[in-house]
Amino acid sequence: MTSAASTPLRSWKRPPIIASPRLRWALALGLGVYLAAALGTLDINWIRVAEGWPRAERFFSGFMPPDFVSRGDAILSGLLESLWMTVAATALGVLISIPVAIGGARNVSPMPVYLFCRSLMAVSRTFHEVLIAIFFVKLFGFGPFAGVATLTMATVGFYAKLLAEDIEAISVSQSEAIRATGASWLQWLDYAIRPQVRPRAIGLAVYRLDINFRESAIIGIVGAGGIGATLNTAFDRYEFDTAAAILLIIIAIVMAAEYVSGVIRKAVQ
Amino acid sequence: MAVSSDDDGLLWRRRTRRGDLITWFAWLIGAALVAGCLSLISDKTIWEFVWSAPREAADLGSRMIPPDWSYSAQLWRPLWDTFNIATLGTAMALIVSVPIAFCAARNTTPSTTFIRPAALFAIAASRSINSLIWALLLVVIVGPGVFAGVLAIAFRSIGFCGKLLYEAIEEIDVPPVEAVTATGASSGQVLTYGVVPQIMPAFAGISVFRWDINIRESTILGLVGAGGIGLQLSASINNLDWSRVAVILIAILATVIVSEWLSAKIRGALT
Repeated sequence: MTSAASTPLRSWKRPPIIASPRLRWALALGLGVYLAAALGTLDINWIRVAEGWPRAERFFSGFMPPDFVSRGDAILSGLLESLWMTVAATALGVLISIPVAIGGARNVSPMPVYLFCRSLMAVSRTFHEVLIAIFFVKLFGFGPFAGVATLTMATVGFYAKLLAEDIEAISVSQSEAIRATGASWLQWLDYAIRPQVRPRAIGLAVYRLDINFRESAIIGIVGAGGIGATLNTAFDRYEFDTAAAILLIIIAIVMAAEYVSGVIRKAVQ
Repeated sequence: MAVSSDDDGLLWRRRTRRGDLITWFAWLIGAALVAGCLSLISDKTIWEFVWSAPREAADLGSRMIPPDWSYSAQLWRPLWDTFNIATLGTAMALIVSVPIAFCAARNTTPSTTFIRPAALFAIAASRSINSLIWALLLVVIVGPGVFAGVLAIAFRSIGFCGKLLYEAIEEIDVPPVEAVTATGASSGQVLTYGVVPQIMPAFAGISVFRWDINIRESTILGLVGAGGIGLQLSASINNLDWSRVAVILIAILATVIVSEWLSAKIRGALT
């Protein structure tokens, strides 16, 4: 029997996250080399950065005080346009997403349909909304139509993917029970799948509504309508006080939307 | 239980009659709202431009094909910059977001009256401003270039990582923390031995997740002058050099696919 006194220097060490020491050192070395290379090519112009503070001061003093009034009607109409775009694009996007999501769920659809729907999701997810907006503005002209088209496409990529994953994760016993009653395929979807994915579907739609509003503030910069267009105009005219007002409104709405969507998601889940 | 009766007896229904009416009414209001939005948008749309879209698309396609492959040799540097913007920005955001997350989590914050609301506000403010707008502001302050892009990505990601991280901290198991406390550990030791091991998987997952998003975001920051491949893209679009635009889009596509593959691999290895 060993007494505690015979091993006086025994101490415990936390196990490392990566067990193999060779891999650990290789990763650390690789990280060091990468950081050196990346920081080496970063080309920070420190003189310009140092000059930045007075510039920033002037810039932000231009922001103060925010001017909500003198372009009030432009701000209001931009804001309303953003809201319509958001609602319309979310509704259309969800409507298109549902069949795509059903097609992209491996436990519901045959392989060819699955592959087709999954590639559809991948394509609409790859490019950033702003890039899509640039092309849609080119195709459909300036204005909210291009914005709605962009947001709808982005919604499909997001919503269909997450909904399809949720459909794939449903409980099998319930779906088998419905099937055993002799339900048709549509009835099976309606009574076995729909009730199981409903809370998540609503939660995701509310979440996407929130994201779409945020994005609608951005895609206006490339001409796709909404509050972003008003913001861009304000920047172009050097009306920084109006720009500040718009930014503050965007932040306020985003925070409110996030709060409300959090409450709704909590209520349905 | 919702039932209705007919000649054969009782019949199962999904909802009561009242429930049916409420649901139907909710759908009606929703549909009316969406239809109203669509009609308002259609009023603001110049439909001639929309109807000419197929012709425009065909025209654009004919200008983009064949892509100017010789241009791709010049794209390695912008792609490297794009990758760096995303990676360094994510790293910077993670470093800043960890202390903020610990201050924002209800169970680890030093003070719930002052520090927690401040941390929550920092998270919300950083999240509400898109990285493109951050870039717009930062280009004025630090000058155009990669550094502005790194900062823009970092500023936007602080809120995102901070929020997910503090939620993970609030969901940790209490017994291990109590066990470490019971050994007489100081509060710093409680954090490193009781809390940190529990949130490490979430931390790794969040960083990979955000890095993947940031690769996508960093491809467009160049549009406002914050470095990366967006710079080349906006130059080519302004010159109407569509065969080059095609090459750039293919390069972005490849980058995004590689990053998605990589992050899926890492996430798979983590779990």
